Amino acid sequence: MTTQTITRVRKSMNWRLIGAWALVAVALAVTILPFLWMLRTALSSNHSLASNSTNLLPADFSWGAFKRVFGMQSAEEAIAEGGSGANIDFWLYLRNSILFSTVTTAGQVFFSALAAYAFARLRWPGRDKVFALFLATMMIPPIFTALPNFLLIKNLGLLNTFAGLTLPFVFMSAFGIFFLRQFFMSMSREVEEAAMLDGAKHLRIFFQIVLPNAAAPMATLALLTFIGQWNEYFWPLLVGQEENVRVLTVGLSVFKSQSPQGAPDWSGLMAATIVAAVPVLILFIAFGKKVVNSIGFSGIK
Amino acid sequence: MMTTLTNNPPTRSDPRRPARSGGLRRGAARLGDLRIALLFIVPALIGFIAFCLVPTIRGVYLSFTEYSVLGEPEWIGVKNYTAIFADELFWNAMAVTVQYVGINIGLQTLIALGLALLMHRVAKSTLIRGALLLPFLVANVIVALLWFWMLDYQLGIVNEVISWLGLPRIAFFGSEQWAIPTIAFVNVWRHMGYTALLIFAGLQAIPNHVYEVASLDGASPARTFWSITMPLLRPVLALVLVVTVIGSFQVFDTVAVTTGGGPVNASRVIQMYIYQKAFGESDFGYASALSVILFVILALVAFIQMKFLKGNESDLD
Repeated sequence: MTTQTITRVRKSMNWRLIGAWALVAVALAVTILPFLWMLRTALSSNHSLASNSTNLLPADFSWGAFKRVFGMQSAEEAIAEGGSGANIDFWLYLRNSILFSTVTTAGQVFFSALAAYAFARLRWPGRDKVFALFLATMMIPPIFTALPNFLLIKNLGLLNTFAGLTLPFVFMSAFGIFFLRQFFMSMSREVEEAAMLDGAKHLRIFFQIVLPNAAAPMATLALLTFIGQWNEYFWPLLVGQEENVRVLTVGLSVFKSQSPQGAPDWSGLMAATIVAAVPVLILFIAFGKKVVNSIGFSGIK
Repeated sequence: MMTTLTNNPPTRSDPRRPARSGGLRRGAARLGDLRIALLFIVPALIGFIAFCLVPTIRGVYLSFTEYSVLGEPEWIGVKNYTAIFADELFWNAMAVTVQYVGINIGLQTLIALGLALLMHRVAKSTLIRGALLLPFLVANVIVALLWFWMLDYQLGIVNEVISWLGLPRIAFFGSEQWAIPTIAFVNVWRHMGYTALLIFAGLQAIPNHVYEVASLDGASPARTFWSITMPLLRPVLALVLVVTVIGSFQVFDTVAVTTGGGPVNASRVIQMYIYQKAFGESDFGYASALSVILFVILALVAFIQMKFLKGNESDLD
């Protein structure tokens, strides 16, 4: 190659690189800007949104929307600012969401770990068949079991209770068992066997050796589960319509449908979505690397 | 559910190392293991039987009954199924769902593939990957409401820009021909970073020396992409497609909080139809039959995709 062609190749490489980075910038802008728009709208006053609809800064800055979300405005004030004036208690929904997500995550991860240990480390007849059956249920679409489960919860008289909300999730997830089983199988047996020679029983080995060693994958699983549960909409929509158990996702759609005669309460709605999104965003900022790195494929092989 | 495909921390290498044979505790431990295993597995087993296995069987049973929640389910044989095949709303729901899946998956896979290549070759920082994952972490409902606002006919920023460009405003959620493409687009926005990360993981699994050989041979980037990247990526792409298509068929949240299935029947996807039948009309038998059909379709789709794309074979070996 002559020096000329080399410089030409270099130049085209440069242009290609610039083009690639431009695409990355576009992708980032498309991803991030809507979130900024959400924040901007939440900090605006409803009445100024129309006349000031393209400025990136809040139109007529106000905390009113957040006050409405948390029920800190009187009905008259709220209506005057373009809210519905309806009584919406987001503190309550926030509490419900935290309760629902925490209980289901804790139960699911712990019980899945127990089961995963039995599948990975203990020997019992039919083990692999039962495991295959568990895995097969990952294929069943949630709506398919949601209808009979709804009937079950209804017959048990548990509609609109936390028990009804959490029961189908709290005992296991096939994915969780699969995920932790993979990890347990890759753990070295030596420490366990040494402990066993000392006469330690499986329960003690599980709690004192296996669990502490599996803290990292269990944290990852808990994080993914928590985010998924926090965002769950369909099941709470079916069994948790009443105020006292209503979670944020369900509360949000009520917020939307409660818009008054005129235009919807956009800034209130956006403030509400921010409140609902913030806990997950905090988790993500704190443990983002874990989430990003946990999404991949080797687990499926 | 969040992820079905997740990476195991790459701790020790050989996960399927056979258990040590001839251990000290062989024969005697066999029965003991069963008893302790039951103790370990009992909570999961209760959950599995009560909320997964029995409901599955009950769902199939209910699909052969007429059941309005009040009273007992009444066995009517395949009547629900014959009614469904004559049900125009069902066929409409299927057509709408397929249209949604087509737009959603087509666009999403293309964009995600592009993003994955960028993540692999150019933007290698975890921060950028994290930022692109952001929409996926936020609830469907929130994403739907955010875009419902941004795409609003009167005040939405998108329509403001459109009219600023001198084009006519678009009723994104309010018109029959736009509703499904709009919902599909919203979910592309939510899922593109996540799908890109899945594909990115597949790209990382392609060994570097294959590329080195190609560049020594003077292959152009396009040639490298089509002759090396794509064939080697195929198993991963097949899995990604199976997972995303199955998820896509079950679209509900976005529809429920934006259009509610309308205008008219324009966005009544199959899961929306099941929901309305069960909880709007209290027709649980019919709704169960619809979900059996959805289940069968999903199983078929997964099977055909795996077969067609040979998702379980790798060209790497």
